[in-house]
Amino acid sequence: MMSAVAALLAKELTLELRTRESVPSMVLFSIATYVVFHFGLDRDRVTGDLASGVLWVTLLFSAILGVNRLFVAEYEQGGFDGFLLAPVDRTALLVAKALTLFAFLGIVELVAVPAFALLLLGPPLTQALPQLVLVLALANAGIAVIGTLVAGLAIQTRARDLIVPLIALPLLVPVLLAAARCATPLLSDGGAGALPGNWLAILAIYDLLFALIAYAVFDFLLED
Amino acid sequence: MPDPAPALVLRGAGRRYGERAALRDVTLELEAGRTLVVFGPNGAGKTTLLRMLATLLRPHAGEVRVLGRPLPGDGYAVRGRIGFLGHEALLYRELSGRENLRFHAKLHRVAAGRVDEVLDAVGMTARCGDPVAELSRGMVQRLAIARAVLHEPELLLLDEPLANLDPAAAAQVAPLIGVGGAGPSDRRTRVVTSHDPAGGLQGADVALGLKGGRVALLAAATDVEPAQIAELYR
Ligand SMILES: Nc1ncnc2c1ncn2[C@@H]1O[C@H](COP(=O)(O)OP(=O)(O)OP(=O)(O)O)[C@@H](O)[C@H]1O
Ligand SMILES: [Mg+2]
Repeated sequence: MMSAVAALLAKELTLELRTRESVPSMVLFSIATYVVFHFGLDRDRVTGDLASGVLWVTLLFSAILGVNRLFVAEYEQGGFDGFLLAPVDRTALLVAKALTLFAFLGIVELVAVPAFALLLLGPPLTQALPQLVLVLALANAGIAVIGTLVAGLAIQTRARDLIVPLIALPLLVPVLLAAARCATPLLSDGGAGALPGNWLAILAIYDLLFALIAYAVFDFLLED
Repeated sequence: MPDPAPALVLRGAGRRYGERAALRDVTLELEAGRTLVVFGPNGAGKTTLLRMLATLLRPHAGEVRVLGRPLPGDGYAVRGRIGFLGHEALLYRELSGRENLRFHAKLHRVAAGRVDEVLDAVGMTARCGDPVAELSRGMVQRLAIARAVLHEPELLLLDEPLANLDPAAAAQVAPLIGVGGAGPSDRRTRVVTSHDPAGGLQGADVALGLKGGRVALLAAATDVEPAQIAELYR
C-alpha cells in the first residue's frame, strides 16, 4: 500500500512538473483574484474578518481549479484502467490523489498568501504566521479529501466543470467557515489574537469525518 | 505443472451498457495453457468480453470464473495475474515509455531490471526515454505490449495485439505474447481477438465467434475453416 502510494505520488508530481497544468493556473487565479478584490473593494488594506473572508474564498476557488483537473489524466489517458489492473488496494489512489492536492494547495499558498499580504492585508503577517500555517494545513487537508472524493465522483460524468463546484462547494462551506473564523483574529489589527480553539477543533473533526467517508466510499466510486 | 482447473469458465455470462446488451448468454471453458481466439465484426462484443475477464467490467448476468476465482467478487485475487492489452495503451502521454513501465513495475511489485528486459524485447530501448505523446502508433503499441507482459501474467488478454505493428515488429513481439509469428512459446493462457481468419487461427486452440453479443461459433481451432469465420462478418 505505501509503495503504491509512493509510486502514484511520484507519477503525479512528475506529470505536474512536466505539463504544469494545475499549479500555475491556481497561482495565477489567486493572485488575479486578490488584485480584483483590491479594486473591487476599493481598498488598499483589509483586516480581520473581511481579510479572512477574502483570503479563504480566493483559496477555495483556486482549489476548485485543481480539483477539476485531478483525475483528467487518469480518465483521458487510461490511467484508471492501468491502476485498476494492478494488484493494489484502491485506497492507495485516494491517498495519493489527496496528498497530491494537499501538496498543490501548499505550493499555491506559498505564493498566494504572501501576495495577499502584499496586495491587501493591513496588519503584518509575521507574528501570526505559525498559527496561520496550522489553519492552512487543516483547511488544505479538508479540501484535499473532499476534493478528491468529488473529483472521483465527477470524472465519469460529461459535465465535470459543472458537477465539481456544484458538489464540492456546499461540502466545503464548513471548511470555509471554520477556516475563516480561525484566521480572523490572526489577521486583525493590533497584533495577532489568539486562535479560536473551538473552530480549530471543528475544522479538524470535519477533516476526520470526511477522511472516513472517503475511505468508505472511494472503492465504490472506482467500481464500474 | 499446468493448472488442472480450467483457466476460464463462463456460464450464461452477460453484460449490458445501459439498455444495450453487449454480451448475451456466453458459455465457454478454456483449459489453462490454451489459446482462445475471438472473432466477430465491429461491435460484436469482443472488447467487452476481454474487459470483463480483466475485471474492468463486472458481469451483469451468469457466472464468470477467471483463474479459478469468481468475478466480480474475487477480482482482487486475480488482478495481478492477468496481463491486459486493450485498444488503449494505458500509458501516460507525458511520461516516457520507461517511466510508464517503471510506474507499472512498482504497482505490480516487479523488479526495475525487468523494465529494461521488456523494453529490449519489444525493441524500444532506443526510444524509451521519449514521451509517449511523441511516439508513433506502432511504437506505443509495442510499449503497451511491454506493459501487458511486464509482470509475467498467467493469463494474457490481448485485444487486437498486432494493431499498428509492422511485420518485423509483429515477429519481434511474438515470443512475448505468442501471437503473430512463431506458435505459443510458453504455457500461458491466452484470449486473443482478431479480424484475420487465417492469422488468428494460427497457434490458437479454440476459436470463438461472436455476433451481436452472442456466441455464433465455438469450436476447436483445427476444426474451423477460415470461410466459417468470414461468414461471421457477413
Ligand atoms: N463504453 C460503452 N458504452 C456504451 N456502449 C458500449 C461501450 N463499449 C461498447 N459498447 C457497445 O457494446 C457493443 C460491443 O462493443 P465492443 O467494444 O465489445 O465490440 P468489439 O467486438 O470489440 O468491436 P470492435 O471490433 O470494433 O473492437 C457495441 O454495440 C458497442 O456500441
Ligand atoms: Mg473491440
